[in-house]
Amino acid sequence: MNSTPLLKVQKLSKTYGQRIGCKDVSFELWPGEVLAIVGESGSGKTTLLNCLSTRLDATSGTVEYHMRDGAYRDLARLSEAERRFLMRTDWGFVHQNPADGLRMTVSAGANVGERLMAVGHRHYGRIRDAATDWLSRVEIGADRIDDQPRAFSGGMRQRLQIARNLITGPRLVFMDEPTGGLDVSVQARLLDLIRGLVHDLGLSAIIVTHDLAVARLLSHRMMVMKDGHVIEQGLTDRVLDDPRQPYTQLLVSSILQV
Amino acid sequence: MDSLLEVSGVAKSFTMHLRDGIRLDVVRDVSFDLPRGQCVVLGGASGVGKSSILKMLYGNYGVDAGAIRIRHHDQWIDLATADPRTVLEVRRETLGYVSQFLRVVPRVSALDVVAEPLVARGMAMEDARARAAGLLDRLNLPKALWSLPPATFSGGEQQRVNIARGFITDHAVLLLDEPTASLDAENRAVVIAMIAEKKRAGTAMLGIFHDLEVRDAVADRILDVALFSAREKVA
Repeated sequence: MNSTPLLKVQKLSKTYGQRIGCKDVSFELWPGEVLAIVGESGSGKTTLLNCLSTRLDATSGTVEYHMRDGAYRDLARLSEAERRFLMRTDWGFVHQNPADGLRMTVSAGANVGERLMAVGHRHYGRIRDAATDWLSRVEIGADRIDDQPRAFSGGMRQRLQIARNLITGPRLVFMDEPTGGLDVSVQARLLDLIRGLVHDLGLSAIIVTHDLAVARLLSHRMMVMKDGHVIEQGLTDRVLDDPRQPYTQLLVSSILQV
Repeated sequence: MDSLLEVSGVAKSFTMHLRDGIRLDVVRDVSFDLPRGQCVVLGGASGVGKSSILKMLYGNYGVDAGAIRIRHHDQWIDLATADPRTVLEVRRETLGYVSQFLRVVPRVSALDVVAEPLVARGMAMEDARARAAGLLDRLNLPKALWSLPPATFSGGEQQRVNIARGFITDHAVLLLDEPTASLDAENRAVVIAMIAEKKRAGTAMLGIFHDLEVRDAVADRILDVALFSAREKVA
């Protein structure tokens, strides 16, 4: 078992003036572990995700990342070039709206191949082969490689965004409501795909979702946020089967049964 | 006695914040050992806390007090206080659970549902599928169903998928939550034989069986959960 955490987060806070985005969040994320952050709109889960992924500067606290060379680096102290390299290679970020993570007016193949080019790949044939391979892994046919994502359905766009993120072999993927806004049948397919890829690739992932069923299916561990604070955390099935906090009990009891 | 699991002084209550903070005391002072190669059956009326005990042991429920020590490889781990990562490791390698109901994942075939615990432990997919096929065959699940996701299966068919998934590994400790509840006589007999084989292999099992025939066939000891009931004391 791998005995060093990939991410060490200590007392991470983000305030907007008097208003709290997230407050004193501390946790460790281990290799191969999937953490779900749940809570209602405005609970601070997306603020936390953005602070963790350096898309937003935290007000206080630290996020340390275990780099491939074995050293821990405080993410706030990385140079802009180092940060960008990390985001393009070792990390992925899957947005709720695929249009935020894709380039809508270039081909699917170019969308997937772009990250390889960004890290120095130059051989066109090999990039195209890798792109074709990744499209098939996210169940997009090779005959669609030259189409623009504008011509894709919502579910296909989301799968394309995932392929674009995973092609460089990242170790950590951030996902912000990856199944939000999709039909349930499309959601089920995407969830199964994410679940399979995370398992096969041994990825670590931090997934923000308001959907407890998504958290149950994908995550090992979960954190429940309310008003910027983590009010309950632990093993996913323990938090869902034996919620302790009033708010978590409310969330769990509000799930519709079918 | 050579035990693989030792439970001592475990207590469990639920505080229902949405019901004016009512506190439900379920069990207290739960203490017993689970010896290697034996099947201990939890007895007692419905609602006495049998399922709660299984869920605390597996980690779905937290505990208010006490210790749940399990022998994991060469060390003893207290599941009552272990961190999530340790609990997951123990579940993957030492502690198995056969629940009454299958939590179905969309699009995953019955064969792969059964093979998954072996794949999670590093076995090659083809080998794991071959083992899964052997078990499904033994449990008389029609071959035509193997490649289908179990969502549309009958209760008895889903339960057999679940049993195969729970029995496929050589986990040292198995928790069985009514694994035979919706099976016909022929398949009940298969499960009884499988439990007997696990015993011979040294597996320690703790189960809930409402079916008296199955219970008599598998139980080495019956533990009356009413002894631990916290409700009677309140009443």
